[in-house]
Amino acid sequence: MELNSYQQKAFQHQRPFLEKFGKLNWLLTFFFLVWIAGGAYALYLQIAKGHGVTGMRDNVVWGLFIVNFIFFIGLSYAGAIIAGVLHLLKVPWGKPFIRLAQMMTIISVIVGPIFILLCVGRFDRLHHLFIYPRIQSPMTWDVMAVVTFFAGAVLFLYLALIKDLAVYRDAGLKGPKWRQKLYKFFALGYRGGASQKRHLIISQNLMAIIMIPLSIIVASILSWIFGMTLRPGWHSTIFGPYFVLGALYSGTGVLIVAMWYYRRSHKLDQYLTDQIFRYMGYAMMVLAAAYGYFTFSEYFTGWFGSEKWDSELIHKLFSPGEYGWWTLFANLAGIVFPILVVAIPATRKTNWITAAALIMVLAMWVKRYLIIVPTLESTLLPMQDTRTEYVKYSATWPEWLLTGAGLASFFLFFLLMSKFVTIVPVSGLEETDHTHKHVKAPELSNTTKEDIQPA
Amino acid sequence: MKQEEINEQGRRDFLKTAAIATIAATACGSLACSCSSKKAATGDKVKLLSPEGEIVEIDSSYLNHQEHMAIVSKLEAREGIAGKKFVMVVDLARCKNARKCISACQKWHYRPEETEWLTVKLLKDSDKAAPYWFPKQCFHCDNPPCVKVCPVDATFKRQDGLVLIDNNRCIGCKFCMAACPYSTRVFNWDEPELSLDIRDLAYNPETGIPAKVGTVEKCDFCPDRAREGLLPPCVEACPNGVFYFGDENEDAVCNGEETVSFTQLIKDKGGYRYMEELGTKPRVYYLPPKDRQFPVERGYEDLDSNLKKRFESVMEPDKQKD
Repeated sequence: MELNSYQQKAFQHQRPFLEKFGKLNWLLTFFFLVWIAGGAYALYLQIAKGHGVTGMRDNVVWGLFIVNFIFFIGLSYAGAIIAGVLHLLKVPWGKPFIRLAQMMTIISVIVGPIFILLCVGRFDRLHHLFIYPRIQSPMTWDVMAVVTFFAGAVLFLYLALIKDLAVYRDAGLKGPKWRQKLYKFFALGYRGGASQKRHLIISQNLMAIIMIPLSIIVASILSWIFGMTLRPGWHSTIFGPYFVLGALYSGTGVLIVAMWYYRRSHKLDQYLTDQIFRYMGYAMMVLAAAYGYFTFSEYFTGWFGSEKWDSELIHKLFSPGEYGWWTLFANLAGIVFPILVVAIPATRKTNWITAAALIMVLAMWVKRYLIIVPTLESTLLPMQDTRTEYVKYSATWPEWLLTGAGLASFFLFFLLMSKFVTIVPVSGLEETDHTHKHVKAPELSNTTKEDIQPA
Repeated sequence: MKQEEINEQGRRDFLKTAAIATIAATACGSLACSCSSKKAATGDKVKLLSPEGEIVEIDSSYLNHQEHMAIVSKLEAREGIAGKKFVMVVDLARCKNARKCISACQKWHYRPEETEWLTVKLLKDSDKAAPYWFPKQCFHCDNPPCVKVCPVDATFKRQDGLVLIDNNRCIGCKFCMAACPYSTRVFNWDEPELSLDIRDLAYNPETGIPAKVGTVEKCDFCPDRAREGLLPPCVEACPNGVFYFGDENEDAVCNGEETVSFTQLIKDKGGYRYMEELGTKPRVYYLPPKDRQFPVERGYEDLDSNLKKRFESVMEPDKQKD
């Protein structure tokens, strides 16, 4: 694989991160593993003693686990949509972080489904989903959706990796031999020949075209697990698009935070430029407004129509004694704050945008909690139950421990993957600096042409 | 599947479970009370199919009649009783929250005290409306939201109208519980405490015994009793004849004292289905609490304090506010 000088520079810059693991990384790995071990213990308790160790009970049958599931799987769908759009539209400023989006896709589609499995009372019967599938159940749709999406995401990421794998193979990286063998095997003998290039581009385009509608479909199917029931707050026609947008929005936030982290830790300022943060900030702002619009429609119609159960739920969500403060936080920090930060020129800065994104991601997690738990606490018939844990959900420490373990494994996957591939993809990278608007070097525009019109 | 085949299958399964139950009982003595009393051999030999698939001959004295023993095959338990269409009518004018139905149900199904398949709610439809007692079991809907969402066909609708659960199939995803608008279903959050006499019974969706951790369960209208022509224990136990259980096809329902025409009863007393607007088409009808037999307080005064708390917000709203 031949690289031009700009790409070569980008590769040489990132090379040490592939070759060395470093003390800090060992420390982090250990830290994450400790959390994961804690989660394993909580899981053992849950299997050995039953779901009684969680805060879930007959009314609130789902809790933190399903909140985490929606959150992570949403990131995954967002990553696929972002990467797909950036690829298809050949957005030049998107090239440096398209890999981060794809990494987020693949990692969260591994971590997310673990959480829905944790909601299942009988681990020993998971195969029933495949031997007794029942096609009219939204849960079955979701199983098919996630499995299909997983396969698609793996393929999409892999196709995008092939060129770079060939670069790593040819670079003779220091490190264990097996890794070199892996590069060699997975690069599939790619040499950058005309026919190879054409095939690769066609398959990548195809996968991008498939992944975008697929993400929208699977995110909608996820929402239909709730939307298809007759519960207040769930049984809503806007749930499909609401979830798609929520996923895209929080995914944009996580991507900004991930870019910020790797920009610092890998000193990638030159590639993950302020301009990219600004553009992603704009995207975040538009998505925030759209999400705010959906949220407003949802609450406003519920409140104005004031059907019995809808208004009970709205009351629960807005009264300070119940979920009022959380609703306020979810909407101020999750919608208003990011819009303001990006809209005001003084705060339209990389660090501010990242801070807003981080807070927004937290708020979006809370928002998912507010979608799930208050509805389950609003039964159509009065509960009239004296067992407080049956009336009101509060997560127990095994649930928090498992949540922490999920988060830790999310980070650990990122850490490990960043030791196998460069964060900024090197092949196909273009020098873009629109702030100066200077004319591109001729050899670089050749690369662009090749990408568009192969061979 | 043809009827004979089902019957054949049923006969075999019956023999099998009978053999297992008996052999287990005689061999390890786990059913202590039933087999410790030694009966004299009758001399009548009965042929049974052993779990290994061999025909064994044993003396009939070793056979015990066992309640809750699966008398039908799994397949029959899924199909339902041919020609029947079970229906229940609950007369709200007669209920005084005596709670005999609950205890009978708990006893029959070996439920721990806390988890009730059948509950009695105290409803008050609006501020000025009078509160009334509202017994609620599974509505066995004809358009059941729970069945629609089950990913593994563990909960199913039968031709006789019943919605049952196969706890050998259930994966415990609780989707049905989230989907049921009436909060009817309960989950075995912890390992259920099973008494010795039911621990080793062969499970059948019609009996629902023994319960299993990590699975869902609910009121089943006692189809094992219906097969024997018996009323559900809740109906039998009610001192006021609140519950009428019967067959819509026969147009007859019985509350243990009188058998009346289902359509006539619904017509005369203005029967309705709870939350008809949800479109779930329940198989339980309610008769409105008109011309009540008891004042509503009768069901509240004598309750123990813990139970009282359940209904406090309705009965004593002022007390709640303090």
